Formats: sequence, structure tokens, C-alpha cells
Amino acid sequence: MSADEQTKLQPRIELETIGLQAYFGETRAVHGVSLRMPRHRLTALIGPSGCGKSTFIRCLNRLHEEIPGARAEGQVLLEGEDIYRRGVDPVLIRRRIGMVFQRPNPFPTMSIYENVASGLLLAGVKDRRTLDPIVERSLKQAALWDEVKDQLKRTGTRLSGGQQQRLCIARALAVEPPVLLMDEPTSALDPISTARIEELLLELKKAVTVVMVTHNMQQAARISDQTAFFLLGDMVESGPTDAIFTNPKDQRTEQYITGRFG
Amino acid sequence: MERQIDIEIRALKELILNMGGCVEKAIEEATQALILREPQRLQRVYELETKINEHHIQVDEACVKILATQSPLAADLRWIVATIKINTDLERMGDQAVNISHNGERYLTEPALKPLIDLPRMASEVRQMVRSCLDAFVRKDLALAEKVLEQDDIVDGLKNEIFDELRNYMVTDSTSVSRALNLILIARNLERLGDHATNIAEDVIYALTGKDIRHGHS
Repeated sequence: MSADEQTKLQPRIELETIGLQAYFGETRAVHGVSLRMPRHRLTALIGPSGCGKSTFIRCLNRLHEEIPGARAEGQVLLEGEDIYRRGVDPVLIRRRIGMVFQRPNPFPTMSIYENVASGLLLAGVKDRRTLDPIVERSLKQAALWDEVKDQLKRTGTRLSGGQQQRLCIARALAVEPPVLLMDEPTSALDPISTARIEELLLELKKAVTVVMVTHNMQQAARISDQTAFFLLGDMVESGPTDAIFTNPKDQRTEQYITGRFG
Repeated sequence: MERQIDIEIRALKELILNMGGCVEKAIEEATQALILREPQRLQRVYELETKINEHHIQVDEACVKILATQSPLAADLRWIVATIKINTDLERMGDQAVNISHNGERYLTEPALKPLIDLPRMASEVRQMVRSCLDAFVRKDLALAEKVLEQDDIVDGLKNEIFDELRNYMVTDSTSVSRALNLILIARNLERLGDHATNIAEDVIYALTGKDIRHGHS
């Protein structure tokens, strides 16, 4: 069996949580979740509002702790290394685990080019000969290059909502993160822009591990490989997406995905 | 709170129940016409088959509409997928009732070959299977669906006995050939009906449990 075939059968675990708990002050929002997110696969997190899925995903790149009074306990392993280990710089972690949010948020004062290059500019990379190919590659990866290649100096906020979101994806990809987190990346977009982002994600996951929060059940069913269902801070069930959507094991999952509550 | 999909599934269930009722009636008329030598019953089978075909289209349309508008998942999705397959089986069952009628019509133009004993038994078993698989579907009764699978072995056994007996008739008396052949075809039609009932029972088991047990698959 070739290494490729082996990976297909038993994909490497890129990101894993072990007993992850998240708090807002004294309130525990995530109750000890253990989930393995395989390399180059798309993991969808579903569940009703307030179930802890967004908090969970924000713990995966240490963004949760930026909220005053918020903290996380347990382990998050990125390629086996605990990102909560003492001495680990959260900024460096966020460079390796990128994030795209619900509303497209291009930097308003920056051009399209600067938006994509921003991560590198912040890291002190200024040489255009280095930046140009990275900007082009990232915009191509985000399936935006053809639409913006002649207007790279225009501000990013002039683009349509769907284009802005792809710009944010390009910005996240520019620093070549092995993992991309997405918190409802298409919920503010129309169906055409949503379809484009979904196509893009299917392409992207060949090179990047994706973890996505979505409220759109059909979206999770369409593009994810693995789905985890969250409820009231617990992860009720996780498994291959087709199994979750055709024959979930837990009655609560069944009830949620068939629209009986939530 | 009742979901829109529940309302549509209920209407669909009603449609399948009506269709199943027509199938049961068609099988009953076709087999009773033969057993009681009352060919006038056969006209009713042809009328029922027309109704079954109309239901066939309506059920498919309803399923496609639910798939397109309700995006069913989990148990709902399995139920719709099972219904689409059950619909196909029910339509074929209507065709088999017509086949029994055609073969019966030919058989009844000649004097009886022999008193029919195993064939009525087989017909009764098959009708029972059809009733049970439809009840299992409507009542979500897993145990009943599983029982249908066992009954199919009885039907297959009866068919083999009928085949053997009629083969002997044909070997010893050449004037019996056309009548024996018609009865063999009818036994074969009944056996196929049992197979369709088995398919339905398997689809019910899938709808209820998510397990695909066809062809020894688990």
C-alpha cells in the first residue's frame, strides 16, 4: 500500500482537542470536548445557537482567550504539539491556524493587495518580489485572482460580499496556514457566492485542513467529510458526514438535523 | 410543533396505503378468480392495475417534491428513499397480478387439471406477506418487517413443491402440458410477488434502522 493510499484510509490527525473546556468567567461554555480533525479534511461543527461551537472553534487558535475573563482548559494539539503549552506565543499559533469570520472583514483602509499581504507586512516582509507571487498565489487559491487582478490597488471594501469573503480567505491563506478555521463563512452571502465559497473549500482542503462552523445543514452535508454535533456545550456525536446525516446514532442529533428542535 | 415535512409525509403515506390496498385487492381478485374458477373477477384486476399505475406516478411526484423542497435528513431521508423503492415494488406487484390474470384466463379456458391445494396456500402466504410489509411500513413495525423475510422461505418452498408436482403431470400426460405450464407460471408470479414483499420489508428495515440488509449485507 502506498503512503497516499494509507493516508486515505487513516488520515493523519492535524488538529485534536482533548477534554477542551472553555469558560466565560465562571460560566463553562464548552464541557470537555475531545475531537480529532484529520489532515486535509473538512470538519463541520453544527448545533443550535449558543451550543458552544463558535467558542470551541475560537479555542482552536487561542482567539477565545482574547475576550476579557475568558479562558480555556484542556489540550489542543496541532500536529501533536499542545498550543496551550506554557511559553507558546498565541500570535504564532494564529499564523498557523488561520480564521475566516461570518462577516467579510477586509481592512477598510487597505487595498486588495495590502489586505492579502497584511500578514506578511506585519511580519516585516516588505520586498515586492517576495510579496507579489504570494499575493497572486493566495488570490488564485481563493478563486478571486481573475476578478481582481487589474484592480489590486483598489480598496477591498469596494468588492461584493462574496468577493470580500474570498479576499478574507486569500488573506488567511497568504501566510500558508496548515489549518483554516471558518465561523459561518457563508451565512452573510447569497446562494451564488455561497456556492463559490463551497467549491473553493473543496479545492482548498486538498492542501489545508478546514474546520467550519455552519448553521446550514445542507452545507455541512455537501462539503464536509466529518461532522460534529454540539448541544449545550457538549459534543453529542461526531462521525463521517454521510453517516451523521443518514443515520445518526444519538436521538438528539436526529432531532436536531431533522428540524425537531433548534 | 408539526413540521411541514410531517404534513407532506402523512399525505404520502396515505397515497402509499391506497396503492398498497389496490395491490392487495388485485392479488386477491387474480388468485380467487383462479381458485374459484370465476374468470369474471379478472376484469377488476385490470381496473386496479390502472389505479396502481396512477398512484405510481403520484407517489414519485410527491417524493421528488419533498426532496426538492424539504431537504429531508436522517430518518426523514431514509423514509423518502424507502418510499421511492417501495413504490417501484408495488407497481411491479400490480404487473404480477395482471400476469396471474393472463395465465389464469388461459388456464380457465380448459377443465381443471387437478384440485388446487398448494397454489391457494401459496397465494394466501403471499397475500399475508404483502399485508404485513405494508403494515410494517405504516406502523414502523420492525419485528413485522423481519417476519416477512422469514415468510419468503415458505413461499419459495411451496413454489418448488408445485413445480415438482406439475413437472410430473407433464411427464406422464402430454395433454396436461398447457394447463400445467400455466399453473407453473402462476406459481412463478406468486413467488415474484413474495420477492417484492421481501424487498419492501428490507426497505422498511432500512428506513427504521439505517441498516441495509439486502444481499446479506449488514
